[in-house]
Amino acid sequence: MKTFALTRARDNAQAIATAAKATTAQQGAEIRFIGGGTTLIDLMKLNVEQPQTVVDINRLPLDKIEALPDGGLTIGAVARNSDLAHHPLVRKNYTVLSEAILSGATVQLRNMATTAGNLLQRTRCMYFRATDMPCNKREPGSGCAAITGVNRSLAILGTSEHCIATNPSDMNVAMAALEAIIHVRGPKGERSIPIADFHVLPGNTPQRETVLEPGDLITHVTLPPPVPGSRSVYLKLRDRASYEFALASAAVVITLENAKITRARIAMGGVGTKPWRSTEAEGELTNQQATQAVFQKAADAALRDAKPQSQNGFKVELAKRCLVHALKLATQTA
Amino acid sequence: MSNQDQTPETSPADTRREFAKSTRRTFISRLGMASLLATTGPAITTLAQRSGKMEQELSAAAKDAIPVTLRVNGKKHDLRIDPRTTLLDCLREHLHLTGSKKGCDHGQCGACTVHINGRRVNSCLCFAAMHEGEEITTIEGIGQPENLHPMQAAFVAHDAYQCGYCTSGQIMSAVALLKEPCGPEDAEVKEFMSGNICRCGAYPNIVAAVQQVRQNAKPREPG
Repeated sequence: MKTFALTRARDNAQAIATAAKATTAQQGAEIRFIGGGTTLIDLMKLNVEQPQTVVDINRLPLDKIEALPDGGLTIGAVARNSDLAHHPLVRKNYTVLSEAILSGATVQLRNMATTAGNLLQRTRCMYFRATDMPCNKREPGSGCAAITGVNRSLAILGTSEHCIATNPSDMNVAMAALEAIIHVRGPKGERSIPIADFHVLPGNTPQRETVLEPGDLITHVTLPPPVPGSRSVYLKLRDRASYEFALASAAVVITLENAKITRARIAMGGVGTKPWRSTEAEGELTNQQATQAVFQKAADAALRDAKPQSQNGFKVELAKRCLVHALKLATQTA
Repeated sequence: MSNQDQTPETSPADTRREFAKSTRRTFISRLGMASLLATTGPAITTLAQRSGKMEQELSAAAKDAIPVTLRVNGKKHDLRIDPRTTLLDCLREHLHLTGSKKGCDHGQCGACTVHINGRRVNSCLCFAAMHEGEEITTIEGIGQPENLHPMQAAFVAHDAYQCGYCTSGQIMSAVALLKEPCGPEDAEVKEFMSGNICRCGAYPNIVAAVQQVRQNAKPREPG
């Protein structure tokens, strides 16, 4: 691991002023905020991340999980994943978020990992993690070893000729289906970013993963009030029963009236370069009867633009079946 | 590099004081040094020079060292450490609490599991300097050979290990699990223990040990 200066932020303003001196935003930057450290320290040990300054933000007052006056929820940036998953309001109103978080990692890691850190979790692509291999995300312009290499676990949606890395987070998938808003404070003030606009596609710049600018500090995430009568499911398919990243996952939030779907929010994990909201699937479901044929049409729509690589063609069918089954489970319980 | 409180050890008044004070670890390393000295006379100077150079390098690194006060197993330790020092390395190398083990060093195996403020974490993925003022508990703080924690006793009773390398991490997770919202079934225990890998495959006995302690404990409300 390269040496670095470790500082503790006194307040938000100091954290922002420190990080604003970086040339790029958080991921891969020379000045990094540290929360749980479960991604950052791991990657620093591999020399994939080499920050010169690490700013500890764990003592900032950003750990609250509280109800909002409108019935929604606000989640502090450094609220731990386990606190979020087990919070009574999350278990009651946002089951899909609780299920998604608990399906990822282990108790130890969830006790450490933070909300904002999970939003910024980096890919598990093995070429990104190996500094002796080319990777456009880690070293822009060096090439993508995954496209011609081992790509079984990598993305089939939102890829480019420069990067096919999967966003590994489960939490992000549920947040996408719940239409979370990410609140950021930066050198230019505060702004709110819908999660759909927060992560960016790799395109020609896979090193850039979010719209964050240098100095931007995620302060909290808000969830809109739960939709009355809505039912949700997070279904995750993986190689092992536990402690494994998704090959395909689906977060489904559905409202039914007399077996007719009046509202649907669909997001998928394990298949996209970002948490994959599928408005295409939502379009096929809305105002339709909750039948197998409709679910299948939605799944086909969600995967229509899939571009499988040499080893991950199976993900297209797997993801479709994952979504169909999740829809079945969600509508059965309604 | 560190000034840690040493556990008081009784030393017999005979001439082999140094060896008598030894733990298994220091005994073996001293034994190695003794046999090296006995067999490689000409190498001694080189070795001394090299270790002198290492000292210099270490003190150069120590320039970046930062003062840190940690509270481990109820005892305060004033240290000077490199900011890169993980909590695991700090516990093992600076405080000589070698019960926490280094397996993968990447948060995948759970051998390094300790408690911070009563919650289990992977100490290999923590920078020690970030945990000032927090209550850190290691396997040494859970129980001692003469006074085992019920979970340690259950692991012995159920033969819940083979080589033993993962055991301290397994026990730290199992002790934490007692206060976590874990359901009653074996399947739920397995899920909650999935962050601790056992290459020997003692899993059925580990689950049996955990379940026995849970059954003996007062009924707890999940949740």
